[in-house]
Amino acid sequence: MTSVAVPSRTAPGPSRARRWLSSFRERETWTAYLFILPWIFGFLVLTLGPMIFSAYYSFTNYGVQQIAGIEPTKSVGFHNYKEIWSDPKVALSLKNTFIYCVMMVPAKIIVALVLAVILMAVGERLGGIFRTIFYLPHITPPVAVGVLVIVLFNGGYGIVNDALRHIGIQGPYWTIDPNWIKPTIAIMDVWACGGTMVILLAALYGVPRHLYEAAAMDGANALRRFFNVTLPMISPALFFCFIILTLAGLNQFTQAYTAFFGAGGAGGTYGVDAALFYAIYIFRNAFVYFNMGYACALAWMLVAISLFITGINILVSRRFVFYQGEQK
Amino acid sequence: MTDVHAPPPVVTGSGGPLPQVVRRRRRPQPEASWIKKAIFVVLLIGLAILFLYPFIWLLSATFKPRGDTFDNALIPHRWSWNFTGPNIPEPHPQYLFNVAPVGHWMWNSIWISVLGATLTTFSSALVAFAFAYFRFPLRNVLFAILLATLMLPGEVTLIPVYLLWNHIGRFTLDHPWLPHIGTGTQYPLWVPNAFGSAFYIFLQRQFFLGIPRDYFEAARMDGDGYFSMFRRIAIPLAKPALIVTFIFEIQAKWFDLQQPLIYLRDLATFTAPLGMKILFDKFNAAGGGEGDYQVIMAGTLLLVLPMLVLFGVFQKYFIRGIAVQGRKG
Repeated sequence: MTSVAVPSRTAPGPSRARRWLSSFRERETWTAYLFILPWIFGFLVLTLGPMIFSAYYSFTNYGVQQIAGIEPTKSVGFHNYKEIWSDPKVALSLKNTFIYCVMMVPAKIIVALVLAVILMAVGERLGGIFRTIFYLPHITPPVAVGVLVIVLFNGGYGIVNDALRHIGIQGPYWTIDPNWIKPTIAIMDVWACGGTMVILLAALYGVPRHLYEAAAMDGANALRRFFNVTLPMISPALFFCFIILTLAGLNQFTQAYTAFFGAGGAGGTYGVDAALFYAIYIFRNAFVYFNMGYACALAWMLVAISLFITGINILVSRRFVFYQGEQK
Repeated sequence: MTDVHAPPPVVTGSGGPLPQVVRRRRRPQPEASWIKKAIFVVLLIGLAILFLYPFIWLLSATFKPRGDTFDNALIPHRWSWNFTGPNIPEPHPQYLFNVAPVGHWMWNSIWISVLGATLTTFSSALVAFAFAYFRFPLRNVLFAILLATLMLPGEVTLIPVYLLWNHIGRFTLDHPWLPHIGTGTQYPLWVPNAFGSAFYIFLQRQFFLGIPRDYFEAARMDGDGYFSMFRRIAIPLAKPALIVTFIFEIQAKWFDLQQPLIYLRDLATFTAPLGMKILFDKFNAAGGGEGDYQVIMAGTLLLVLPMLVLFGVFQKYFIRGIAVQGRKG
C-alpha cells in the first residue's frame, strides 16, 4: 500500500513528534503513569539518585567525619580508583572471588544437571518426591548455611571428616586451612543446587520427544542423544544458570560473612583472609572502616567486572547456545 | 498430585507464562527398563540421604546437651531441651531464649517479611499491569531501564541509600513531632518494598501478558474504570504470580543478612538472620565465644524451620516461580 505514492490533496496529518506529544493528553497515558508511579519514584530515589551519588562519592574522601559533618567532603580525583590497583586486599579479594566462582559455578551446574537428568529418567511420580528433597537446601537461609559450614566441616570433630575417616581418608581442616575454605563454601553451594536443578528440569521437560526418537532411529545411543540432542536443546537454560550463578558468585556475601567474619569476643572484629570475597571487602570498607568514598569506587569496579564478564559470556554464548525459533 | 489428567489449575489464556514443570502428561518412556530404573532409584535414595543429612544432623544436635554437639550421633545419647530453662550464669549450659531476645527476633522477621512481601506484591503488580496492558509513550524505554536495573549489583546503591536513611533519621530526630525513621530503625528494611521490585515486575508482567485482552475490554465495557478493572479482573487472575512474588519476598527477607546488619543496632530490633549471626559470634569458639554450641544449633533450627513450613505450604509455587526464571534467558 505504501509503495504506491498517491499525492494527497488533504492537509498533512500531525507529525510523529506531535502525535507522540499529544498522547500525553490522553487519559490512558496518565493512568498508566499513575500506575507505574511507585516504580518511577523508587527508581529515582533508590536506584538512579544513589547511583549518581555513588559515582560522586567515589571521587571524594567521604567517610565517617563527613557523615558526622565534622569535616567537609573533599574531591580526591581518581585517587580512590588508583588506590584499587595498589591495595593488596583488592587483589586478594578478587582472587578469592574468582577462584570461588570458577569452582562453584561449574560444580553447581553439573550436579544440578545430573540430578535433573536422573529425575527425568525415573518419571514424574518418584521424581516429584526426590525433587522436593533436593530442593530443600535451596530454601535454607544463608546464615544457617554459614553456621552449618563451620560445624559440619569442623576439622577435628565435624561429621564430614568423621565420615571420611570411616573410609580411611584424613580430611583436611576445611574451615581453617586457607586452601580449603573456598572449596568448602563451594561444596555447601553445590548442596543448595535445587534452584538450578528445577530450572534445568523444566528445560529438560521442554525438549520435544520426537527429537530423541529421531536420534534413536538414526542409531544414536543414550550418551550421544544426551550430548547431541539434550545439551543443545537446553543450552539457553544452562546459559541462563551460568550467568545468574556467576553474578551470584561475584556477590557472595552472607554464607562467607556468617562463617568467617564478625564481631569477636572483646568488641573487636575478626575476619579470615582466605574468605575475603569482594562483596565482603566492599561492605567492610563501607560499614566497618567507614571509607565510603573508597567503597563506592570498589562498587563501581564490581559493576565494570560484572558487565565485562556478562559481555564475554554473551559473546561466547553466540557460539554455543542454541535458541529455538532463532531463524524466523 | 495423583490425577495426572486434571487440567492445569491456574493457566489462563494460551498456556500462561508459568510453566507446568512436572505435571505435564508425557507419553510413557519406552527406553527406561526396570533394572535401569531400580539403579536410578537406589542412587537417588543415596543422594537424598546426603542432601537431607545436614538437616537431620541439625535437628539431632538441637536436642543434645552442651558438649555432645560434635559427637555426630544420629540419635542423641543424652537428650536436652536447649530452648528454655532456668537462668543460671555462664559455667552452666545456656538456654536459647535466656541468652537473647530470640522471641523478638522471630517476631520482627515475621512482621517485616509479611509486611514487605505484601507491599512489594501489590506495588509490583500495579507497575507490571501497567507495562503489560497500557500503551503509553516511553513504555519500552522505561521497561528497558527496568530490566537494566536487574543487572546492577546492589553494592552500588548500598552506601548512598544508607546515607539517605541517615539523613532522614537526623531530620526526624530534629523534628520531634515526626516518628523516628532512619538508620537504627526497621523502616529501611521494608519501606523500599512499597516501590515495586524490578524482578517481580518483570515476572508479573509476563503473567499479565498471558491474560487475554478481551477480559479487560469486557470489564471496560461493563463500565469499570482502569483501577477497578485492575482490582476486579487482573488481580484475581494473576493470583499465582502474586503468590510467587509474595513467597519469594518472604524468602528474600529471611535470607537477608546485609541490610539488617547495616541498619539495626538495638538487640531487640534485630531480625532472625542477624540475631542468629550474633548468637553464632557470641558462642562460636573460633569467634572467642564460650562454645555453647547447643544454643547455636537451636537458634539455627529456628531460622530454618519457618522456611521449611513455608515451602511445605507453597511448594508448587516455589517450583513454578523458579522454573519461570529459566525462561527469561
